[in-house]
This record gives sequence, structure tokens and C-alpha cells, in this order.
Amino acid sequence: MQLTKNTPPVFVAGVGVVSAIGNNAAECLSSLENYKAGMGAITHLETLHNEQLPVAEVKLSNKDLEDITRMDSGTSRTALLSMMAAKEALLDAGIDNISSLRTGFVSANTVGGMDKTEQFYADFLSDNKKGKLRDVINHECGKVTDLVADALGINSYISTISTACSSSANAIFFAARLIKHGMLDVAIAGGADALTKFTLNGFNALMILDKEYCKPFDDKRQGLNLGEGAGYVVLVSARVAMSLKKNLYCELTGYCNKNDAYHQTASSPDGTGPYLAMKGALALSGLQPSDVDYINLHGTATQNNDFTEGTAIKRLFDPKYPPMSSTKSFTGHTLGASGGIEAVFSIFSIIRGIIYPTLRLQTPMHEFTFSAESFFSVKEDIRNVLSNSFGFGGNCTSLVFSKITG
Amino acid sequence: MKIYIRSVACISPQETFGPVSFLVRPITNNGNFLKAIEPAYEAIIDPRLTRRMSRIIKMGVAAAMECLSKGGIPSPDAIVTGTAYGCLEDTGIFLSQLIRQGEQMLSPTAFIQSTHNSVGAQIALMLKCNGYNNTFVHRGFSFESALLDSMMLLEEKESENVLLGGIDEMTDASFAILSRFGLYKNAPVSNLSLFHSKSAGTIGGEGAAFFLLSSEHSQNDYAQLEGLTTFYKPSSRTGIARNIADFINAHSLTAGEIDLVITGKNGDQNHDKVYDFLHESIFTNNAVINYKCLCGEYPTAISFAMWLAAKILNDGKAPAILGYSGNKQIKRVLIYNNYLGIHHSLILLSAI
Repeated sequence: MQLTKNTPPVFVAGVGVVSAIGNNAAECLSSLENYKAGMGAITHLETLHNEQLPVAEVKLSNKDLEDITRMDSGTSRTALLSMMAAKEALLDAGIDNISSLRTGFVSANTVGGMDKTEQFYADFLSDNKKGKLRDVINHECGKVTDLVADALGINSYISTISTACSSSANAIFFAARLIKHGMLDVAIAGGADALTKFTLNGFNALMILDKEYCKPFDDKRQGLNLGEGAGYVVLVSARVAMSLKKNLYCELTGYCNKNDAYHQTASSPDGTGPYLAMKGALALSGLQPSDVDYINLHGTATQNNDFTEGTAIKRLFDPKYPPMSSTKSFTGHTLGASGGIEAVFSIFSIIRGIIYPTLRLQTPMHEFTFSAESFFSVKEDIRNVLSNSFGFGGNCTSLVFSKITG
Repeated sequence: MKIYIRSVACISPQETFGPVSFLVRPITNNGNFLKAIEPAYEAIIDPRLTRRMSRIIKMGVAAAMECLSKGGIPSPDAIVTGTAYGCLEDTGIFLSQLIRQGEQMLSPTAFIQSTHNSVGAQIALMLKCNGYNNTFVHRGFSFESALLDSMMLLEEKESENVLLGGIDEMTDASFAILSRFGLYKNAPVSNLSLFHSKSAGTIGGEGAAFFLLSSEHSQNDYAQLEGLTTFYKPSSRTGIARNIADFINAHSLTAGEIDLVITGKNGDQNHDKVYDFLHESIFTNNAVINYKCLCGEYPTAISFAMWLAAKILNDGKAPAILGYSGNKQIKRVLIYNNYLGIHHSLILLSAI
């Protein structure tokens, strides 16, 4: 095993994902390969907007998820989705002696158990002695993580990060550092978010939701579609990596967190935050922009994000652009889960040599000479993948996953 | 490596902010919630900005600005915050509008500022600080996670100075809900007699405590940060005592070498049993003080304790109102806190 500048190394040994395009990693990959988007009419949420706004829902009811995860009835959907994907990741890693290792769970979400809180709040508003307490007991973001950690039997280290849409990229990044600092041997890291009326109405009030299926990096993009899901990776130290019987997926070689410091919700026209995050992540990996073989874009399909992200890519990569795409054209924007879900897709890009398509891309953005990919393709050698996650509050995080060499 | 606390700033239910003497005159309250005393914000934040800010954002930003100004660092390399509940006021406003207006004609203002990273984001925005920015939201580990992240950033030499904050606010709604969960006492109690109340429940609190941590020594450092550990749902009291002993040993110390222990006793007679047990076992020969009579109970209350510890180490002595009667100079402080018996934390600090 070759050590990079970024030592000690941290490896990816397992992945798990649930999203609107599949209940596990294999199903999601199949949808990506078959150009199958996950958007549709709203079915699980009771909302005024169910005829107007398409969303990308996970195709399982809470009851289905409770049965699969064996979590209590009435558990927040955020925790159910989190458990579903985290469990898949842990099983996929195939670590036999997990209880004898220092294992951590670092998860992310943006609104915790809000799906239940908003049911509670309707009664509570009319009389503050009303509302079922069991619907608000799991409101805190951290409570969702505690529930899943308990169900997985993890207690060495538990934490939760919430930095809007970059939350789960930061969770992966923080977990990797806990391993590098010798505090943990294994970490399950990523994030989850369920669709809620709170977020749907918030984004709707901001007028950045597309009434049609979203068109990332298209000149005629009209906004994003919200999605839901969860994505986790299992990170292991070199020592644990050596002891595993299975093949490791890849190495997390780079990461960087920067703030755009431009506006609470809008991103800067010169792409400062995204540029610094991508540049910093590559620097930590010891890579040049020309070493990047694929970029999994943040690509929300809002006017603002795609222009800012494109500008940052131009600043860093011009004139030689790697293939890039936004898988949010399949999964919708899953907010606090997106960095985790897209990390899993980025990892598969490396192990299977896949470039994902951006659905519905017809007219590439006129401001740039490059364009996102429209077709699914398999390349021989994808060595390094850059995964971008940017959020409200100017939070910008980029991760670099690299093929294990030597 | 050594980590220095270069400056501190704290907005709390006590007079702790700005040029005030160190806890000489305690603020008493006979309700079950200690509300933070907010400063005159005009002197600290542009009034055009404060108009749109909720209480937690104003408290957080003001404490952050004061901390940076006292530390003589205009813009830090990193901003890391911990908040369990995040921006409850704006969350409540948007949720209420959404329900009352039947999801129609909603203003996005409250939604925009309801995200948990709003305080850290607003600080970055005001400073035009492009550096590392992270927010931890793990209940009774929120501040501890932010502190660990800050320590790692300094050790990685990614940052020379980190602005660290612990912030939580109480709203009428959260007080009503947490009261229904039985967190607070049924009958009103004076905060200064909290530990004599012999009943279930505690009193609520809130606050914003900020710290400028640096890997570089400066002339005005308050204290040195020696270590931090957390443990989740320990199985027994003896397990807790063992974890504390291990932490002390790991720093090549004995309990006797700790001049002052600050514990998170909160006046709930059930919750406090563990503190009484530790007082009679591992801390039997230590001076022990409690702080939640000053700031109330909340998930990031340990940030108030760390502010208290830094001030005590800077002064060499503890405030009389906390019942400290020793006269030797305090050079080493251990904080032990637990939140609802679930999240347990230890922070060790020493004098410069």
C-alpha cells in the first residue's frame, strides 16, 4: 500500500444508500445506468403542494421502513432512512470483530425529526398542553443519530453535523480525521434527511423549486426538486484495512471545508467558496486538477448554484475539464443526505469506472465552454473523483476519493 | 502540542458580558428558566443586521465579535460552533406560519435563518471569513464535538487560531415542551438554592460562550486546554468513575493534583445522585463547585463551565458565590458534566 501525502490513510470498506432511485446501492446503480429518475408526485407527505411540485421520495412507507429496520413504530422517517443505509454500509464492510474495535457513528441531517414535529406542532399551536409528546421526542438532529447508533450498537464515538446541504460531506470528512488522529478504528459516516413540509415550504417560499423535473447545468434550468434518502460510507484505518478479507473500495485522499462568506442563501458570482473547497481538497490529496477523472457536481439546478459552481470549476480547471455530472437529476436534492449519497456514487464511479449522466440536459449553460455529461459511460480507469457539496450559510465542502494504488 | 485559550466571551443569565466584575453579584431568579441577559447590540453589530436576526444569532454573533476583539484576531482561521437545538425561534416562527397559513403565502425569512449553521454562517459573513466553518448538533455532545474539531484543526496545523462557540436558546415553545417532558421543577425555585431543593427536575437555561483557541502562546492567554473526552450512556456509576480515573491517568495526573472540579449538578435529585456518588468517591479530597445555578440546564451548558474555568484560572481563584472557600491558587481545573445521564464529558484546563 502506497502512502500519500495525506497520511495516515483512510480507506472506504463499505457503502450503503437509500434514495428515490433505489432502496440499496445495487438498485440505485441500476437506475443510474438505466436513466431512471426518482421524481414523481408526492405520496407520503400530506401537503397542499402535492399536485404542483414533483419530489424524489424513497419508495417505501414509514411502515415498510419500520418493518425492514425493526425500529419502533412512530420513529422519525429521518432515523428510519438513516438506519436503512447505515446498516447496509456496515454489513457491506464485512468487519467481523466490530465490537472489539473503536467504532464511531458520525451522521448528518438538517431538520432531525421534523417530520413528526410538524404533526405535533399543529395541535400544540392551538393549546400548548396538546400534541402527542412522542411526536416531538425525537426532534433534535442529534436524537436521530443516537437512535441509529443505539440500534447499530455503536457507542465509542457519536456525533452529528448540520451545515445545511454540505452536512454529510462534513460528517465523512470529520470521521476520517477521527481515524487519522488515532481516536477511532472504524467510522460509519454520512447523513440522512426525510422530506418534510417544513423544508418543502421553505424552499418553495424561496422560489427555487422547479415545477417540472429539474435540469442541472442546463441553460433553461428552473430550480431544484427536493428529495430524501440517506448515504453512508464505512471508513477504516490502515490497520483495520489490512485485516479485512474483502477488497477495499478506495481511499479518501482529500477533503476541504471553506465558507463562501457572501450571503446566507445565495452563492457568490465568482465562486469563491466552491473554488477554495475544491482547490483545498486537491491540494490535500497531492493532486493536480488534471488528475481528476470525474466530478460529481453539487448541481442543484438552481440558477444561482450551477452558475457559481460552474464559475469555480472554470477557475480551477480551464482549459481542460474532466467529465462531470449531477446525480441530483435522479435523486433530487436530498439536503443533509446529499453528500453521503453522492459519496457512494463517487466511490462506485471509481470501482466500476462509471461516468453518470445528467438527465434532461438539453442546452448546456451558455456561460461556459464545458458541459455536464448526458450519457452513462464506462471508462477504463477512473483514479480520482471529486465530490462537491455546498449549502446555505456559505458552507462549501469537497471530497476526493482515489483508487488504491500500489 | 499546547492549545491556549486566548480570549473568552459569554452571554448568559448572569452579568458575564462586557466590562463587568467576575460573578460578584449573582442574578437571582425564582422561575424555572434563567433567561440570558442580552447586551446592547448596537455597539457590537450593525443595527441594520440585527433587525433581521433572532435572539440566538444576535447572542452568538455578539459573543463571537467580543471574543475576537479581546483576542486581537480580526478574522480567525476557522469557526466551529455547537448547538443542540439550533435556531428554535425561527424554526417555531416558520412552523407556525406554515400551519396557520395552510402552506400559503409564506415568507422565507424565518426558514432561511432556521438552519443550525446560521450562527457560524453569520459570523463568517460579517467577517468575510472564507476559512473552515462547521456546526455540530449532537445534543449533550454538541459543544464537545465542536471543541474536539477545533483541537484537531490546531493539531493538524490547518489553523493557528479557531473561534469556538457553544450556543443554545430557549423559546416559550421549547420551555413548554421540555416542561411537559418533566425536565423542570414543578414548583418555582430560586436558582441560588437550586441544590437544596430536594425535588425532581431542574431549571432551564441558555447562553452563548465563545473562545478563541490558539496554538500560539500570547501575553493575555486565559488558560491552557489540556484535554477532552466524552462517553456515551455508561452502564453504571462505577463505570463513570472509571472513565474519569482513566482520563486523569491519561494526563499523568492523580485526582489530588486537580485543584478544582466543576461539575454539572443541576438540582434534580435523581440526576444528581451520580454527582454525589463521585463527590464521595473519586473526588472525595477535591474542592468541587457546581455551575448550573448560574446558567440553568441546557445541552451546551458545558460551554458556560469552560468559560467559568478559564476565568477562574486567569484569576487564580473561584468566585465566592459558588461556595469555594479554598485559598490556594487554582492551577488545574477538571470539568465533569453529563446531559440527562446520556452524554458525559470531561474537559481539563490548566493555568498558563
